[in-house]
Amino acid sequence: MSTVRDARYGAQVDLELTADQKTVRDAFARFFADRSPLTVVRDAEPLGYAPALWARLRETGAPGMGVPEKLGGGGATALDLVLLMQEAGRTLAPVPLAEHLAATRTLARTAAGAGAPWFADAVEGDVLAAPALHPAVEGTTRLVPGGAVADVVVGLDGGDLVAVRSDAPMTAPPNHACAPLADRVLRGPGVHERIVLASGADAAALFARMRTDWQLATAAALTGLAARALEIGIAYTLERRQFDRPIAAFQAVQQGLADLVAPLDGITLLTARAAWTDDEGDAADAARLASMAFLAASEVARNTTYRALHYHGGYGVTLEYDIQLFFRRARGWPLVLGDPDEEYLRLADRLFGPAAGPGTGPRAGDGAGQSTGGAR
Amino acid sequence: MDFAPKASVEEFRASIRRFIADHLTAEMVERAHRTGTFHDWEFHRALAATGIIAEGMAGAGRESGRDPLELYVLFDEMGLAGAPFYGLANAMLVAGVIEQIGSDFHMSEVLPRFHSGEAIAALGYSEPGSGSDVAAAATRAERIPGHPGDEQVWLVNGQKMFTTLVHEAGYVILLTRTDPDLPKHRGLTMFLLPMDLPGIDFQAVDTMGGDRTNITYFTDVRVPDRWRLGEVNGGWDVMKVALAYERGVFGNMNQGVTLLRRFAAWAGTAERSDGTRLIDDPGVRRRLARIAIDNEITALLAVRPALLASQGRLPTTEGSVAKLYASEAYNRAAEACQEMAGAVGLLSPLHGAGGGAADLPDADWGFVDLAARDAPVTTIYGGTSEIQRNNIAEHRLGLPRAR
Repeated sequence: MSTVRDARYGAQVDLELTADQKTVRDAFARFFADRSPLTVVRDAEPLGYAPALWARLRETGAPGMGVPEKLGGGGATALDLVLLMQEAGRTLAPVPLAEHLAATRTLARTAAGAGAPWFADAVEGDVLAAPALHPAVEGTTRLVPGGAVADVVVGLDGGDLVAVRSDAPMTAPPNHACAPLADRVLRGPGVHERIVLASGADAAALFARMRTDWQLATAAALTGLAARALEIGIAYTLERRQFDRPIAAFQAVQQGLADLVAPLDGITLLTARAAWTDDEGDAADAARLASMAFLAASEVARNTTYRALHYHGGYGVTLEYDIQLFFRRARGWPLVLGDPDEEYLRLADRLFGPAAGPGTGPRAGDGAGQSTGGAR
Repeated sequence: MDFAPKASVEEFRASIRRFIADHLTAEMVERAHRTGTFHDWEFHRALAATGIIAEGMAGAGRESGRDPLELYVLFDEMGLAGAPFYGLANAMLVAGVIEQIGSDFHMSEVLPRFHSGEAIAALGYSEPGSGSDVAAAATRAERIPGHPGDEQVWLVNGQKMFTTLVHEAGYVILLTRTDPDLPKHRGLTMFLLPMDLPGIDFQAVDTMGGDRTNITYFTDVRVPDRWRLGEVNGGWDVMKVALAYERGVFGNMNQGVTLLRRFAAWAGTAERSDGTRLIDDPGVRRRLARIAIDNEITALLAVRPALLASQGRLPTTEGSVAKLYASEAYNRAAEACQEMAGAVGLLSPLHGAGGGAADLPDADWGFVDLAARDAPVTTIYGGTSEIQRNNIAEHRLGLPRAR
């Protein structure tokens, strides 16, 4: 059995953003506040995609930020991508940015991906790419996030990691989060182009890394989402009066709101820690931390939006109020990876080594088997 | 943001680990658990001899001293090693308060005794009738008339609750009421009493978690004015300094780390009745993964106040945020571990059986039961979870004051 890595940070120098990091954050905070108000989010429902917003985002260089400069991208650090995604998450920006970042970074890691004729267009954002989080079964991978609008899907098919170009369906099955999900085929009819990026163990490792990138980007988006949901909840409790005072003056309400702060601070720090570790080149530890950040952020976003909605009383569940937009996405964004219990088991494998006994071999998602995902 | 280790702090951590390896014995740990007194004079004085108490903490009103991050690491390592460090924490805290507020008399007569490890202090804040509402202290200090030209003498009467280590302490820092007619925060005065003044008595109060604490009685204690700490009716200002020292630095919030390490090791050998190892049980694995995440978050939140202090800034609600999360996560972890251990999780050889821990295999010596007993108090001492939430609600979220 492997030893448990102790969680102890006695010696960090700085938890504050540097001037450069603040610049990145502030620029994207302004961009999303200006370009992705909740009216845009509502107008993009039910598909969950605003092409005009994506076109604007394209001008900022965000779609290619995760790709190295020598391949024409922005060469941003993982920490910069986290700051970008936090701001996108705050505004529920209806663009598949986490997906595009994860898929383009994966393409850039292979010669075949970086050599694809449309790779430069993907870096620019003219070709939209999405990561299939679950290996294909009989050529089809289910409920790909961003899959409803993506021109290229990167996924595992058999033992190969492939990039497949086909027509985006531009329609999604009605879903909780109004997310642009779709089943996509990775071979067979409808596929215009299919590039094998890697095979065997390399494919499995790249697939796992792509999921890690997506988990980290999604954790950051959920952090932004939760932070904004808490602000909305607080603003409402200060404004809403019952029994002749704002309901924020009641201790029962205050304690419930105060309870949300430490977990929110926690996922903010943990997500940054995971990104920083990735930037330092420790991929294995970054994967462990990204998994933790993803699981924690999923839970925190669920709890925060639940409580913020709850303190709205009956208005909270009316579509007229904004908090329900946050509530639904808090559940929908992470669940496309599958039952979180599966991810907890994958994390346990990283922490304690694989379990012995029947049915506990290497787990799907690290590329070595079929995942039940959210599909069954 | 930069999570890179700071070389000076890592060097310090290594030196503390060496110190612990050289000076902490299994017998000291066992004795602490058996007696409930988490202070060991031999260990404490050896540590004091390194100069660490005298060096103190930089940034809190003093130029020189140890980086607050190093002191965070000191207590973190003490906690992880299971070292008895309560006396050290109290001594450093009171020494820090004296340095900032004490008179020449305190500085010359008392401070060296703390620095050398000769004496430790107990904290006399809570009373039977005031815990969270600590400023409601009713212990009276009244001027005794008739000392013209001589030193003023005070007559102290009252009781202090949860005076941990008072039975080993040379001094007790005492929050008293000097003017009942003033608003409650303004009628308080702090004293630092030597324990050998006539009229001080105490009784042991044993706790579920195994710590021994005390109730201390003050009956017509005649206290010369030189033992006053700070201004008359300025006791709350002294209290604020004391609390600032306590904030997130002088303590250990990472109890879940030790618990997980021990439990995971044990679960690698322990078997269910059907012969499967605990560590191979998917349910156990999920719960341990959750504890690991909580530990990771706790570690990040816990270091933040020390980090801010290290950068010369004043932590505000960060201490409350860390304490709230750490203590509640520890309770979740302890509860989960006790359940996963099943009936073995109930075994408590250190309670009521007269010790004997050394005779038991590690798996069964009761560390799970110990954590399950110890965890609940962490959401109480140092400010209950409700007090921390009030603080966060008011000072972080800007909600109206509700008490």
